[in-house]
Amino acid sequence: MQIDLRTVSIEPVRKTFDHLARRFGDKPASRYQEGSYDIQAAENLHYRPTWDPDQELYDPNLSRIRMKDWYDLKDPRQFYYSTYTLARSRQQENMEANFAFVEARGLQDMLPVDLKETALNLLVPLRHAAWGANQNNALVCGYGFGVVFTQPCMYHAMDNLGISQYLSRIGLLLGGTEALEQGKDTWMNDSAWQSLRRYVEDTMVIRDPFEVFVAQNVVLDGLLYPIVYERLVDTYLASQGGQAVAMLTQFMTNWFTESKKWTTGVLKVAAAESPENAQVLAEWINLWSDRAVSALLPIVNTVVDERVDEMVSEELDAFRARIAKTGVPL
Amino acid sequence: MDTPVNKKKLSLKEKYSYLTRDLAWEPSYQSKEDLFPYATYEGIKVHDWEKWEDPFRLTMDAYWKYQAEKERKFYAIIDAFAQNNGHLKITDARYLSALKIFLQAISPGEYAAHKGFARAGREFPGVGPQVACQMQAIDEIRHAQTQIHAMSNYNKFYSGFHAFADQRDRIWYTSVARSFFDDAMSAGPFEFMIAIGFSFEYVLTNLLFVPFMSGAAYNGDMSTVTFGFSAQSDEARHMTLGLECIKFMLEQDPANVPIVQKWIDKWFWRGFRVLGLVSTMMDYMLPKRVMSWREAWNIYGEENGGALFNDLARYGIRPPKGWADAGEAVDHMSHQFMLALYQWNFGTAFHTWIPSDEDMEWLSKKYPDTFDKYYRPRWEHIKKMDEAGTPFNNFGLAKLCQTCQLPTVFTEPGDPSTLCHRETEYKGETYQFCSDHCCDIFNEEPEKYIQAWLPMPALFQDPLNGDLEAWMKWVSLENGSDNGDYQGSHDQTSFQKWRAMTTSN
Ligand SMILES: [Fe+2]
Ligand SMILES: [Fe+2]
Repeated sequence: MQIDLRTVSIEPVRKTFDHLARRFGDKPASRYQEGSYDIQAAENLHYRPTWDPDQELYDPNLSRIRMKDWYDLKDPRQFYYSTYTLARSRQQENMEANFAFVEARGLQDMLPVDLKETALNLLVPLRHAAWGANQNNALVCGYGFGVVFTQPCMYHAMDNLGISQYLSRIGLLLGGTEALEQGKDTWMNDSAWQSLRRYVEDTMVIRDPFEVFVAQNVVLDGLLYPIVYERLVDTYLASQGGQAVAMLTQFMTNWFTESKKWTTGVLKVAAAESPENAQVLAEWINLWSDRAVSALLPIVNTVVDERVDEMVSEELDAFRARIAKTGVPL
Repeated sequence: MDTPVNKKKLSLKEKYSYLTRDLAWEPSYQSKEDLFPYATYEGIKVHDWEKWEDPFRLTMDAYWKYQAEKERKFYAIIDAFAQNNGHLKITDARYLSALKIFLQAISPGEYAAHKGFARAGREFPGVGPQVACQMQAIDEIRHAQTQIHAMSNYNKFYSGFHAFADQRDRIWYTSVARSFFDDAMSAGPFEFMIAIGFSFEYVLTNLLFVPFMSGAAYNGDMSTVTFGFSAQSDEARHMTLGLECIKFMLEQDPANVPIVQKWIDKWFWRGFRVLGLVSTMMDYMLPKRVMSWREAWNIYGEENGGALFNDLARYGIRPPKGWADAGEAVDHMSHQFMLALYQWNFGTAFHTWIPSDEDMEWLSKKYPDTFDKYYRPRWEHIKKMDEAGTPFNNFGLAKLCQTCQLPTVFTEPGDPSTLCHRETEYKGETYQFCSDHCCDIFNEEPEKYIQAWLPMPALFQDPLNGDLEAWMKWVSLENGSDNGDYQGSHDQTSFQKWRAMTTSN
């Protein structure tokens, strides 16, 4: 049925949904608010999980972190599905252009042999670490509480998968399938990598969603990304003639800069909620950052052999300074 | 310069395998059991996760690209819809009842599916199903959000949409869908996949979405058509995942077959009961009708389902136990359920109405064996009472089925003049059911179903104690605006007034 309507302006009888009016006042809500707040069942849950009858179907008590309202932990990027995919599709277009640029000019074959080896040895095993990060974020999304906290974890899990796929493509481009096999062997057996693999496996058995969030997104990524991508790839390898490699990891660098805003934002709110929360967060961050540093040191050592301790401790200081600003008493 | 790496050309399948399943490794610092603690308790045996065939091969970069294109189009259309008073292009505001039920009962299910697939995407010890489940997890939050965003504009002008979040958890009829999704999520990962991935997405989704979306198109609702259309390619992926999942389970071990069969029996019937809501929408709530529920069932249920179960027969799977009873119930359910909704319409956040003579003509044509014989007389009676100024309302307590949560308004198979009631005793308590199948489902897992939250009894217990006004407040129902008959409602008068403004010169 096609009806031609005259344009008239009709006064809306209502500005927004009740649950949003209660939270934000009686005014039009943003799409982030509409798509995120209170869309998870909150009352009268029917059955307890058969996989763990001690839990509720949506259970805020799986974590040592306590929030009066988990919807306080909002994402400063205000990502909902649409804004998230739009942002990533722009980034992936960029990455496609970078890959095309490198491949069209055969830059991968012009890299000095040593440098190419170094890049492969450093980056390819990390595809497995990124898969571990994917597993961890899927868990936080699945078992965490409150949509504004868990929704970005699903996006993060898909980002982790995307990163592991970019790393795999770098491996394939620079060294073919043998490079992937070699990288996996390194991940499994090379002594320099075992502390990192142990870190990843150990975080994968934690079932406190907030601790997983901290151990993975705050601590491990918070140290690994600046060290690997900013220091080793963008600075060190690039200075040795490896700018092409830096082009191929641009997604990771930009992604970390962006997602850091989210992780620190969440940390800040959780810490401000109560001294008990702040204490638990400090305990986790101290524990896991000690382990992360000792896991990353031997890996950095395979790339550079001078000033390794200095570089890592500089990054640790920067990390701790960033955390201190969130109000977590380290 | 190094010699170029000798790169053998990888097939698409090999490449995808490097980009997904090759990312995982055999753990050695933690045990597999600790990494995937929920993988075995359901009794499904998997010998080789490598046998999993990826139902689709989508890398993240491609996913972002395609999905972003669809998102751009979707929001452009619903922005234009809001700008141009698209809501005035619908046939008339009766149509909105279907949308209100959708937002209160079905969209929350999209969110639940999101959460459930995120869990499945973590709990399966195989990367293939994990990646596919994760993609569905992110798709499902998309569906929840696009639906809320599409209906947000209707909420600004019409009643019944404003409290969907409260009503999802509190009002009586939404617990049919809520308990369905809660049931699936509280099951283990394999049963979850049979429940949502297979039974819902593969067997029943066409019965929900095709009639719903064509109903929207027929009735001028561009906003709903747009979210339906935009979700179609996601649904195609979800269906292939559901099918791969069931085949994988059946192929891995013959001992899986009876377990899967039991789940198919259960989830078919659970899903069929949820579709009771869709049947009333199709037969009664669309001002301009697309096809009857019976016709939809014949095409999307009988034909498609028949072909599917023929295909699965080679694994030793038979059609669901409730299949024949469902086929028979199709001629009755929309009428029985609509009569129930009408007599309890003081407690629904959508409008119902007495079908017009024209409507009844159509119904008797579409249901030649049942409508005139069983249901027309009841509507005529209701109509007479309404004309006499004593509208028919049933303030009595409806018994709800302990399993599916629908009021027990359905009739005996083979005897449409007798109401069907089943009872069972468990640990000294008596439980009520709408059908043999719901009773059987209970008896399989009584410890689960005794936990069900039943919304009707809640009205008569502390703190409401039967106080209807307090109950309405508690479910955020605006009495006199959200509920009751469409005739004389705000929706009716506003729509007519606004439509007149835009069509008069
Ligand atoms: Fe969906
Ligand atoms: Fe039932």
